[in-house]
Amino acid sequence: MKVGVVTFPGSLDDTDAQRAVRLAGGEAVALWHGDHDLQGVDAVILPGGFSYGDYLRCGAIARFAPVMTEVVAAAQGGMPVLGICNGFQILCESHLLPGALIRNDHRTFICRDQTLRVENASTAWTSDLSAGQEIVVPLKNGEGGFVADEDTLDRLEGEGQVVFRYVDVNPNGSLRDIAGITNERGNVVGLMPHPEHAVEDLTGSGTDGLALFTSGLAALASR
Amino acid sequence: MARVIVDVMPKPEILDPQGKAVHGALPRLGFTAVSDVRQGKRFELEVAEADEATLAEIHQMAETLLSNPVIEDYAVRVEAAE
Repeated sequence: MKVGVVTFPGSLDDTDAQRAVRLAGGEAVALWHGDHDLQGVDAVILPGGFSYGDYLRCGAIARFAPVMTEVVAAAQGGMPVLGICNGFQILCESHLLPGALIRNDHRTFICRDQTLRVENASTAWTSDLSAGQEIVVPLKNGEGGFVADEDTLDRLEGEGQVVFRYVDVNPNGSLRDIAGITNERGNVVGLMPHPEHAVEDLTGSGTDGLALFTSGLAALASR
Repeated sequence: MARVIVDVMPKPEILDPQGKAVHGALPRLGFTAVSDVRQGKRFELEVAEADEATLAEIHQMAETLLSNPVIEDYAVRVEAAE
């Protein structure tokens, strides 16, 4: 199973995401922002970082990168797509996911091991987790406050599109403690915390993050 | 040549941490008259002519790139010739 990881100018966590894919048993394929080419991959990860220097708004320029035309079309066709941190911001700017991410309410960059509650374990990226389970993965962002209008928030909650919620503390002012969401179909997932940094015991806060990548591969295997 | 200004502001209901930070700094400098600050962006677009077609295009770019309608409002105006 080939999982593409897009590198934009300013991406930081693309190699970690590739590594997480390999540790989960998949083949990681490096995709370049400037190519109109997904190289035949079965799924795509948009990694964390500061694409295009976060100029204008986080993810606003990356959304119009050539490769995103292909990613948006593939996502609309059902391909599993995971957006982590800056990747989540890009998915929102691309309208593949509703809402937007704004500057943390406390105005400082945050970097901590964050407990999350799994709210939806039936997406393409969470099937190896269980609803109600708590996991710990690193969180690091300056603009991670999830916002949407009340109607959208109600719809997300009602349709089970909230995938992860912050537990114990809300680290960035996200409305309704939302850490990650999915689209109606469940193939596109975006979250601010970094599961790709929690895949090995040697580093990070454990291996809870690995389940997202094994889930993605399982979703591909079952198609 | 003409100059078209696009002002982009966070929607009133959206938290504006940057504006809050500026507002918090003012009293420390002795400025006490300001009760609230909202921070936005101003784009100055140079165009050959600010005709109807160009302005329609600018509205389109304001909606798609210059602002994010989920969190921001924008306003377009033509700057008076000097």
